[in-house]
Amino acid sequence: MADTPAGPVPQAPDSPPGFPMPREARCPFDPPPALKDLQAKTPLTKVRLWDGSEPWLVTRYADQRAVLGDLRVSAGPDSPGYPTKASPEGGEGKLSFIMMDDPEHARLRRMVTAPFAVKKVETLRPAVQGIVDDLIDGMLSRPGPVDLVEEFALPIPSLVICELLGVPYDDHAMFQENTKTMVRTTATPEQRGVATREMAGYLAGQIAQRLAEPKDDLLSGIAGRVTAGEIDHQQATEMALLLLIAGHETTANMIALGTLALLQNPDQLALLRDSDDPKFVAGAVEELLRYLHITHLGRRRAVTEDIEVAGQVIKAGEGVIMANEIANRDPEVFPDPDRLDLTRDARRHVAFGFGIHQCLGQPLARMELQVVHGTLYRRIPTLKPACALEDVKFKNDAFIYGVHELPVSW
Amino acid sequence: MKVELEADKCVASGQCVLAATDVFDQDDDGIAILLEEQVGDDRLDDVKEAVAVCPAAAIRLVEQ
Repeated sequence: MADTPAGPVPQAPDSPPGFPMPREARCPFDPPPALKDLQAKTPLTKVRLWDGSEPWLVTRYADQRAVLGDLRVSAGPDSPGYPTKASPEGGEGKLSFIMMDDPEHARLRRMVTAPFAVKKVETLRPAVQGIVDDLIDGMLSRPGPVDLVEEFALPIPSLVICELLGVPYDDHAMFQENTKTMVRTTATPEQRGVATREMAGYLAGQIAQRLAEPKDDLLSGIAGRVTAGEIDHQQATEMALLLLIAGHETTANMIALGTLALLQNPDQLALLRDSDDPKFVAGAVEELLRYLHITHLGRRRAVTEDIEVAGQVIKAGEGVIMANEIANRDPEVFPDPDRLDLTRDARRHVAFGFGIHQCLGQPLARMELQVVHGTLYRRIPTLKPACALEDVKFKNDAFIYGVHELPVSW
Repeated sequence: MKVELEADKCVASGQCVLAATDVFDQDDDGIAILLEEQVGDDRLDDVKEAVAVCPAAAIRLVEQ
């Protein structure tokens, strides 16, 4: 398939290294070794993408934050030089303001920030605790093994974002399946296009219902912006699509991958299992976010005015990729960075990105992860993987990293 | 030290509230608001953390 990236881009002679690079199979929680070598060697280098383009790769924490915080870079895939992850034909979908620049980005983003404020999210904690407890009861009522992804990791954020948006959870099979296709790098542009259109059609229908009959949910809030003439139906649909996908796919992967990482590091899991201190659990979640970093294809921008990075000028019209997964392993910022250490202060990680596009739902993701990791090992202290690590299928074929399945028993 | 907040830059990530709960809050739209403009030495570390983690560089600490 020439027009779509199927995993790592191979090295070609006399050209910059291919990006993304393959992980080491024996170290599924670590960034690709070649990427870490680049970080040690140079702050800035060219890489070659699936389509033959050669954007810059920024390897170190401070430089990555500087570029992501610079308003002279664009997140728009149509900006000249933007390093695309896939063929644009349905490829990345139209995900509203995360693919826009200010001031339009800020105008749209601020329409949906209210429910994600820290204290608003905190009011949802008891409901999330109830969901987590119910799902654990469900797993324990059966002999096992069970797939932790299907039975636990995916339902939690799906139920929560459905509740918040007002999307009926009964439709979860449809949106989970389509999301899988949309984030699979090996899906053809046509397959991704079909999945995107089905999701968009569904959400356009949901918004049409709210236009006719508003309810007390976020979709109604978005529909209200249409009624007020601030956005059109299409923009409202793209916004809902972004929130639905980002609201369940990312957190689900962090739950399953985080659980597996802890099962592989029993001394660290024991710290969580034996602690009832919410502050410790919160710190542990930050460390899991730093260590795992599931957005593993880099945060991408097009430079719109010449900028200087690590002493080098990047010209307007050139692309730049910030590999945040190695920023989170930058030894200048995080000593002994390849060690999962739940007791460290990891709060300055860039797992949610940096700059104006930093994850909008991060307070919700944090709270869900805190409830999960503060509950699962206490309720099931004997939790263990039901297959060998080498048999776990990791999502090397997806825009968001994680595991496809995680059989566990107890 | 004095804390300065440029609310028009805020992207409602909520990071400042997590770093220094008694100094920052969010309005109904999630945009950061200052609860205290003057901070003593005892809260300086938390506010410095808020400055460091703010993704939009909307917070500054100013010597007086």
